[in-house]
Amino acid sequence: MSLILIQALNGLQTGLVIFLAASGLTLVFGILGVINLSHGSFYMLGAYLALSLTGMFGDVFLALIAGIPLAFLLGLAIEWLFIRHLYDRDHLQQVLLTFALILIFNEFQQVVWGSYPHSIPAPSYLANSVRLTEGLSYPVYRLALMAICVALAIAMALVIQKTRIGRLIRAAESNREMVEALGFDSRLIFRMVFATGVALAATAGMLAAPIESAYPGIGDRVLIVSFVVVVIGGIGSVRGAFIGSLLIGMADAFGKVFLPQFSSIIIYALMALVLVIRPAGLFGRA
Amino acid sequence: MIDRRRLLSLGASAGAALACGPFIRPSYAQAGALKVGLLLPYSGTYAPLGEAITRGLELYVQSQGGKLGGRSISFVKVDDESAPPKATELTTKLIQSEKADVLIGTVHSGVAMAMVKIAREDGIPTIVPNAGADIITRAMCAPNVFRTSFANGQIGRATGDAMIKAGLKKAVTVTWKYAAGEEMVSGFKKSFTAGKGEVVKDITIAFPDVEFQSALAEIASLKPDCVYAFFSGGGALKFIKDYAAANLGIPLWGPGFLTDGVEAAAGPAGDGIKTVLHYVSDLDNAENQAFVKSFEAAYKIPPDVFAVQGWDAGQLLDAGLKAVGGDVAKRKELNAAMAAASFASPRGPFRLSAAHNPVQNFYLRELKGGKSVNLGLASPAVADEAIGCKLS
Repeated sequence: MSLILIQALNGLQTGLVIFLAASGLTLVFGILGVINLSHGSFYMLGAYLALSLTGMFGDVFLALIAGIPLAFLLGLAIEWLFIRHLYDRDHLQQVLLTFALILIFNEFQQVVWGSYPHSIPAPSYLANSVRLTEGLSYPVYRLALMAICVALAIAMALVIQKTRIGRLIRAAESNREMVEALGFDSRLIFRMVFATGVALAATAGMLAAPIESAYPGIGDRVLIVSFVVVVIGGIGSVRGAFIGSLLIGMADAFGKVFLPQFSSIIIYALMALVLVIRPAGLFGRA
Repeated sequence: MIDRRRLLSLGASAGAALACGPFIRPSYAQAGALKVGLLLPYSGTYAPLGEAITRGLELYVQSQGGKLGGRSISFVKVDDESAPPKATELTTKLIQSEKADVLIGTVHSGVAMAMVKIAREDGIPTIVPNAGADIITRAMCAPNVFRTSFANGQIGRATGDAMIKAGLKKAVTVTWKYAAGEEMVSGFKKSFTAGKGEVVKDITIAFPDVEFQSALAEIASLKPDCVYAFFSGGGALKFIKDYAAANLGIPLWGPGFLTDGVEAAAGPAGDGIKTVLHYVSDLDNAENQAFVKSFEAAYKIPPDVFAVQGWDAGQLLDAGLKAVGGDVAKRKELNAAMAAASFASPRGPFRLSAAHNPVQNFYLRELKGGKSVNLGLASPAVADEAIGCKLS
């Protein structure tokens, strides 16, 4: 019984962190129509930003306050330098360019931070564990992380549902030409959306850093899982990304315990199942 | 393709060689530098290991005045990128176009296996300074292939023995589902069950996944009296921290690679972890003290086990070259001399088994305050089981 409770917590926490990363990917994919393979690199950069900034400020949350604007600026720069040239090109060219970005960011990470793994301390007031069952404790930081992710998810939902910007984003996603015809500068919207996507991935990396640590290649799995989530949830749907992330998190956590021999393929099996039932994803428009 | 110019130059050199044939002295024949081909990772995750091995090796050559067996040494360094698909091409390049006299490599077992495959056919004297795949000194063993590091199963067995000695009875193993993990665990299980210990469960995690919470929850529900874990690099660091945060109260053991390289980063979370390895930096022997001192003087950082394995690759090659007066053409004698070599290594006495894997001491170490501390000898002179090796 206690194993099930703990795995539910693990699944929830994995899912919530994946959601942060995947929501950025689904926005960029849905609104800009760009397949961004370098999305995992921004998660990786987030983890290393947390490493450097925590070293400066001494607390990962202070690092977050400094890191999110930095990531947003990086997103603006990458969009202006590379991504904006891809909007009217085919997916193959997008894949090539964003794959090149992965290689560049990996090399950058090697040069700046080296290849030894580093750990990032959780804030001292969250560094302890709480006893969950006899013989197993759960780190408080993981609980705090879940709370933060839920708060961010609610904030995103409110922005997308209730604000003018959110309406614009939804409109741009469903009909780009109409938005432009109404006199909005879609280039600006795109730039902001891309930078937001980068900031979300980096935020996920920064928040997860104290439990994930920072090491080369940390973004690779995040990229793949984020794509799985986007496909399950439906391209462009943030709500779908949320449901998809929780599904993936839970499937992964319980798969490891009850079907250990299939644990590495369980999320892909789930994706295949969803695609058979709903080819456009759970919340995608067919 | 032999063109006319090539033919002319061949003819000219053959003529010259014939003309001065009677005057050639052995030393003259080896006047050129001996080319050592280094196939090591200089980029990617394993770059620090490749760097450490290179430093240890270069330091040894410098300590001998830049010469081994009377021959000056030149290195040709090739980055293997830890990519098995590229291994065949790079090894061939070192042997054929670079004309390396000797091969030294590598870290990644997949790359090493491809390299050894070619080396066996070619006959080039080859030293493996790290890769621990059991098969290299078991079924793939060869007269010209030597290892100065370890076999995975050898470390696993030594660790299992130490755990039995510590009075442990009921273990859970946890590792990544990949070759090195399987070999480290199967070696451990051999000696642990032979010592009347029981392994209640083998937990494997998809490589290179680093989400360990599920495994920890399972360990808590199984209540073993010890855990044997093998991870390395970033995964090892994260496992150590998660294990500490879970407050299981179950002693954590593993091969030395569980903690090596991440001691400082682990901090207090690593305190009390016991590991077994063929080296620990505070070993109290003259060779090690001199080695640590000269390494720190040269590179400003303390050496690790990988630097020792590089240093010993130098020592082994030196022993072979001395026996043949630096003449690598005498491969048979060179191989025989290396196989019979025995010298003082920073790790303690060093010699090779019939399968050319080190017969070496294993030490029990404990992590204390971000440092591995030597608790003493776990098992002396451990040889790997040379299953399937036809050398004798």
